[in-house]
Amino acid sequence: MFAYIVRRLAYAIPILVGINLLTFYLFFVVNSPDDMARMHLGMKRVTPEAIEKWKASHGYDKPLLVNTDAADIHKVTDTIFYEKSLKLFLFDFGSSDDGRDISFDIGQRMLPSLAIAVPSLIIGLLVNITFALLMAFFRGTYVDLSGVILCVVLMSVSAMFYIIGGQYLLAKTFRLVPISGFDSGLDAIKFIILPVVIGVVSGIGAGSRWYRTFFLEEAGKDYVRTARAKGLAESLVLFRHILRNALIPIVTGVVSLLPLLFMGSLLLESFFAVPGLGSYTIDGIRNQDFAIVRVMVFLGSVLYIIGLIMVDIAYTIVDPRIRLT
Amino acid sequence: MIMPVILWTDALIFLLAAVVVVFILYARSKPHIRAPWRRVFSGKVAAASVVILLAFVLVGLLDSMHFRLPLAANGDSGEIHYAGEVLSTLDVLVGPLRTQVEKTYSAPFATHLFSMETMEREDGSKVRDYPRLVYGASGLGVAVEGKTGDIFKRSLLAVVETLLASVLLLLIMSAWLGRRHGQPVVATAKTILQDALSIPWRTILLTLSLLILLLFLAINLAAAYHVLGTDKVGQDVFYLSLKSIRTGLVIGTLTTLIMLPFAIFTGILAGYARGWIDDVVQYVYTTLNSIPGVLLIAAAILMLQVFIANHADYFETTVERADIRLLFLCIILGITSWTGLCRLLRGEALKLREAEYIQAAVCFGVAHGKIITRHILPNVMHVVLITVVLDFSSLVLAEAVLSYVGVGVDPTMNSWGNMINGARLEMAREPVVWWSLLAAFLFMFVLVLAANLFSDAVRDAFDPRTRSR
Repeated sequence: MFAYIVRRLAYAIPILVGINLLTFYLFFVVNSPDDMARMHLGMKRVTPEAIEKWKASHGYDKPLLVNTDAADIHKVTDTIFYEKSLKLFLFDFGSSDDGRDISFDIGQRMLPSLAIAVPSLIIGLLVNITFALLMAFFRGTYVDLSGVILCVVLMSVSAMFYIIGGQYLLAKTFRLVPISGFDSGLDAIKFIILPVVIGVVSGIGAGSRWYRTFFLEEAGKDYVRTARAKGLAESLVLFRHILRNALIPIVTGVVSLLPLLFMGSLLLESFFAVPGLGSYTIDGIRNQDFAIVRVMVFLGSVLYIIGLIMVDIAYTIVDPRIRLT
Repeated sequence: MIMPVILWTDALIFLLAAVVVVFILYARSKPHIRAPWRRVFSGKVAAASVVILLAFVLVGLLDSMHFRLPLAANGDSGEIHYAGEVLSTLDVLVGPLRTQVEKTYSAPFATHLFSMETMEREDGSKVRDYPRLVYGASGLGVAVEGKTGDIFKRSLLAVVETLLASVLLLLIMSAWLGRRHGQPVVATAKTILQDALSIPWRTILLTLSLLILLLFLAINLAAAYHVLGTDKVGQDVFYLSLKSIRTGLVIGTLTTLIMLPFAIFTGILAGYARGWIDDVVQYVYTTLNSIPGVLLIAAAILMLQVFIANHADYFETTVERADIRLLFLCIILGITSWTGLCRLLRGEALKLREAEYIQAAVCFGVAHGKIITRHILPNVMHVVLITVVLDFSSLVLAEAVLSYVGVGVDPTMNSWGNMINGARLEMAREPVVWWSLLAAFLFMFVLVLAANLFSDAVRDAFDPRTRSR
């Protein structure tokens, strides 16, 4: 097990290197730092001096890969690639284009992101499993059919409309909760409710339909027939046999999402003005802050790979038949 | 003479349409391909959603034929100059909808603007009131009387026209089907209405009638009113929604079209060849898959923006610039969604290469290229088809989200995402400006729902696992 994890972590290194090279290529080769400077300073009337000054103040005034002017080791270290890309591996994110320390901002914004993402995930999971179980219990009847139709209808609504509709109905018309914003400590709860509700509702369609297929797949297996043949009540079969076995793909699917929860939800956070990592990313994109986007790409990939490794471990825990070698 | 403008996406859309037509002609004579498709169309829901999807496609195709109108010739040079504005066939067909622009917001079927203005009366005194719309309800005169009656009259006319058209449609349908089955027209019409055919023609007829009703309602009402209101700069929202159809379709279809050859090639190759090729392909798709989709798209679009901003002289019109961005967005979305299909195909190919008929082909000394094209490719096509159809609706929905994030289509391009984005801020107004949102919601919802229902039917018909059950 331990050896397996070490090996998987070792596999992750070439992938991260690849991602790093890709982002480096996208951000510094496709468009030179000069282009970025011109973009930020306004297009037409930019003097070369202004560009040089912008590049110097943001640390883009170095050669890309090899610095021929510098002495020995600094030939490689005094370059954009070393300063901007390699340092990501040490989680040294540097500062954003408007001069703030990215690591500090990320640390600050992680908690609000989790405050929205964790409750949405847990409640959403419970709700989806409940609906899926209901549909599986009534499989082949009109309850099941209308449930599936409802799921397809819910799936066909864009997430933006759930947010806008929820804000309009619950916050503006009925004034149950504030429309948007965030607060520290326990005061945050009233701001969290609406995003969580919307996050859950917007996921019901796809989630419960997907889980339903897991349940139905298990329900068609031989051991279920045996259980029924023994004379077990249908509800017992459902909860003791089907649910427990169908939970294997569900749980492992959720585990792969866990690390990405840190990244927050782009849409929810930005609509509800939650100072989390999702809105941080969106702000970075909107302000064309290349440093932030680059860091978030790297961070997201690291978390995704961690998620993959966690899935493998989760499989061995929930399904003893699987051994990692 | 008009000057045709062939945008990149236009060319690709028509290429795709041609491929589909060729496939249909090819499949007509192949019973094993026709059988699952018959199964798809034998479902009522699927048949209805196909009709609706085709209506969307028709609008999208009409909107994909672009041209520039000549300006009035100036003097003796004889040289014709063309207007900078690029129009499409749809623009010509909807005619006044495009040009009847009000000052700012107005509600659906409104007679007056949404916001008050200070106006000068004839006697010089000033008054603050809602100004009369220039084009909306223009048939009613300044006094604005009998609006309900007028709307009712126009709707009734539309209903009558629809009934006539539907009867005509039924006759055409039964004549055509009757000739195929060698039955008289009346008897065929009866079987259609009794829904006693293997393909639910009655459902298709009803769906068509519904669409015709909407068409006539639009023709009759939109001529005199802004049926879905006007937006911030006074453009007709109904027109904007129609124009957005093309953007949604382009993103939903071209993305998969662009990534498809690459995904099929690498996926099958990796699974069939194994060894180091497999390792490389797996490495590439794991790497791409690790980057969160939105962020990869954002990074790529940001870079494109910098490029466009620095090379503004490459593009003759704003439409061309927006079109390149749309195409690029499709490519980027294709790169992010390529990985899923590639992984599936690799798995299928791994499984298939051990199958006995492939082993036999290897023993007979059939070349690898031939084995892949003759034996593996036809047997993984159902995976490709299911993926393509399933991806469509999520891509249409993704467009709205990406436009909101600011990395979607060009802000000057008509798209549902841009409509939502523009209307979102107006929700804070009192009373609310809801019609842009409603229009975008309705159009998107109908398209995505139809696509979802259709893809379910396709999956049920083509997926061998669901078939056996």
